[in-house]
Amino acid sequence: MTNTPREITRRQMMHRIGLTALAAGPVAGLLSACATSGGGGSTAEPAASAGGGGAATSQANPFGVKADAPLEVVIFKGAYGDEYATQSHEPLYVKEFPKAKITHQGIQAIAQTLTPRFASGDVPDVVNNSGTDNLDTGSLVAAGQLLDLTPLYEAPSIDDPSKKVKDTLVPGTIESGLAGDPAKPYLLNYVYTAYGLWYDAKLFEKEGWTPPKTFDEFKTLADKIKAKGITPYAYAGKNASYYQYWMILISAAKIGGNQVLIDIDNLVDGAWTHDAVKQAAAAWAEIGKYMDKSYEGLIHTEVQTQQNQGKVALYPSGSWLEPEQAKDTPAGFEYAMSATPSVSASDTMPYEAIRAVAGEPYVLPAKGKNVNGGLEYMRVMLSKEAAKAFTEKTKSLTVVVGSTEGLTLSPGTESVVAAQSAAGANVVTWSSFEQWYKELETELRKQTNALMFGRITADQFCANMQKAADKTKADSSVTKQKRTA
Amino acid sequence: MRHGKLSSASPMALRRYGFILAFLAAPLVLYVVFVIAPYVQAFQIALTNWKGISPDFDYVGFENFGKMFADDVFWQAVRHHGLLLLVMPLATIAIALFFSFLLNVGGGQANGRRTGVRGSAFYKIVFFFPQVLAVAIVGVLFQAILRPDKTGVVNSVLGAVGIDPVGWLINPDLALWTIMGVMVWQAVGFYVVLFSAGMSSIPPEVFEAAALDGAGRFTLFFKITLPLLWDTLQVGWVYLGIAAFDGFALVQVLSVDRGGPDNATTVLPLEIWRQAFTFSKYGYASAMGVALFFLTLTFAVLTLRVTRRERIEF
Repeated sequence: MTNTPREITRRQMMHRIGLTALAAGPVAGLLSACATSGGGGSTAEPAASAGGGGAATSQANPFGVKADAPLEVVIFKGAYGDEYATQSHEPLYVKEFPKAKITHQGIQAIAQTLTPRFASGDVPDVVNNSGTDNLDTGSLVAAGQLLDLTPLYEAPSIDDPSKKVKDTLVPGTIESGLAGDPAKPYLLNYVYTAYGLWYDAKLFEKEGWTPPKTFDEFKTLADKIKAKGITPYAYAGKNASYYQYWMILISAAKIGGNQVLIDIDNLVDGAWTHDAVKQAAAAWAEIGKYMDKSYEGLIHTEVQTQQNQGKVALYPSGSWLEPEQAKDTPAGFEYAMSATPSVSASDTMPYEAIRAVAGEPYVLPAKGKNVNGGLEYMRVMLSKEAAKAFTEKTKSLTVVVGSTEGLTLSPGTESVVAAQSAAGANVVTWSSFEQWYKELETELRKQTNALMFGRITADQFCANMQKAADKTKADSSVTKQKRTA
Repeated sequence: MRHGKLSSASPMALRRYGFILAFLAAPLVLYVVFVIAPYVQAFQIALTNWKGISPDFDYVGFENFGKMFADDVFWQAVRHHGLLLLVMPLATIAIALFFSFLLNVGGGQANGRRTGVRGSAFYKIVFFFPQVLAVAIVGVLFQAILRPDKTGVVNSVLGAVGIDPVGWLINPDLALWTIMGVMVWQAVGFYVVLFSAGMSSIPPEVFEAAALDGAGRFTLFFKITLPLLWDTLQVGWVYLGIAAFDGFALVQVLSVDRGGPDNATTVLPLEIWRQAFTFSKYGYASAMGVALFFLTLTFAVLTLRVTRRERIEF
């Protein structure tokens, strides 16, 4: 199987990203279910000295890995392949511990292969839990089968021992891997995805357009683009209206801060009728007027192809767009991403803020034979050298800050890196309700189309969503979840 | 004693019933396991809050049904079924009858026998084509045909005569009618063939006698063909009515956002699917399934009762 970025489809990508939220997601229900039968079993309290034990800890060996302890690594061999592991991550580990023997497995059916091993207690040390057939991390956490990664994040970084690992990662990475109750970081989400407005840099250069920084600029630019016979902005209403609601939520967070989105996730009363959500919805509804009605009936690939043909100027999406469209992108088309425009001068977050999320989870089984080796393997993964190799092999960014130095990146990835560094700490948070409360999410898709294609006003949009959120909150059959950050 | 009597008195009967039983046992077991048992289980699950991801659930009585009757989307779907039930079977049967009449007896006399219009053998095959296509393929085909911009097949034809593109599936007032149109298109062929078979079993002497008495095509159709075709019509009506309670695949493939825009095209099977597989509410989905079961059953029983007529033997 060749693993070019071409094969990373939107769905696979969404799946990966979805996993993040899933892990932190419908866990609580299982938790309660299993907790009663398990009888105080969830003692996933893996002091760094728990397994493999032996060697003393030191600056270079913070987990006290036994130098000759073998390590078993299982990698999901999907769109990213497993070469990054066999040719970079594992050799880097062996360089630290030359006597350690690594057993590598590159497979697709992670759950089918590993579930019986978890049941029998003979587990590998590192698992890249991804793909359609991934392990249900929720129940594994509940059963005390996964290791709390806190020691990893508190350990010194390989590149700069004066820094802790957690300080070398893109903000939000650790939080995205929280699971269980109380929530602890059980998943290391390794791949970095950014969301924004995508455009053809070459076209914009030729026409002398620049991506808008405010909604007023957006409208002025949209008029100019329209005069050229190009659709200024479009998304696919038929199957990808969530691309659009991401934009509305990003704008709401920029206006009112991330707390707006956290409140929405926590089903806080009046979260949807918050002024920030109203303003964001109203601003985007204005942009919706530049869209032809027909976009409601098109699917994402149709709209993306239109953009490649120069018929659509700006398109809302995430950083999987460039690899997804790779084979349809004509020569001379250069993807670039810009942040979403500011709604007003009094926005809480600056224009540069972008929504960025970590995906593609890696976990450490708590009952592995070389638990400390697993932690060390992850520390190696989070070194700049390993992250760089991953980006080179998979054409995807990682959560390791500054790991792309000296790499030749594709134009789209380049612009994501630029947007990422411009954003700095101004990162718009993800939305957990997308996974937690599917019914609310489905309603949001519907209301988003109604808003953007002019059937309802921003006020109605907020009222309808609040009604749906209230319904979810009152629904005793839905397990409620909370997040703090 | 009885055992002895049976074996001694009627070995023939035993052999015959044994033979029939052997043939019936397998399909009966299959039917019970794969049809009856799931139905019964759906009734059971409808009374629980089962989520489908663990074996645990609690019985919640009729709570799911209470929720369902308060659910706007459920009533929207039921209304859509009502509309489908009124329009779709009637339109399909009318068109199919018209075509099969033309194909079988509408062409006038030849060698003293009534025949169809010229090329009717060819048309019969053409009409049957949609029936051969899997419904998913029909969906994908019509996705291209009904695309809302100028590149859609219908809209490009309309564009050629200067009509602006029509949002067949994106206009909430039009979307359900469009999907109904596709359903009719797909169903007509089958009923043309069914009614043709029915018409060809009507003895030609009946038509001849009527024609001799001076009946025109119009009278022939309403006074001879239709009454003698009643049994077949009734079967078609029940089939189509049951189809009107489905519509899942076409709505799923064709509509905006699955059942949209703004729930304008949603149907019960789609909502059941969404409740179960997207929202993990298997209990609630089963309650909707039970409702659908009774709707379909009521329709079938009512139709068979109301349309019962005396059978004419040739």
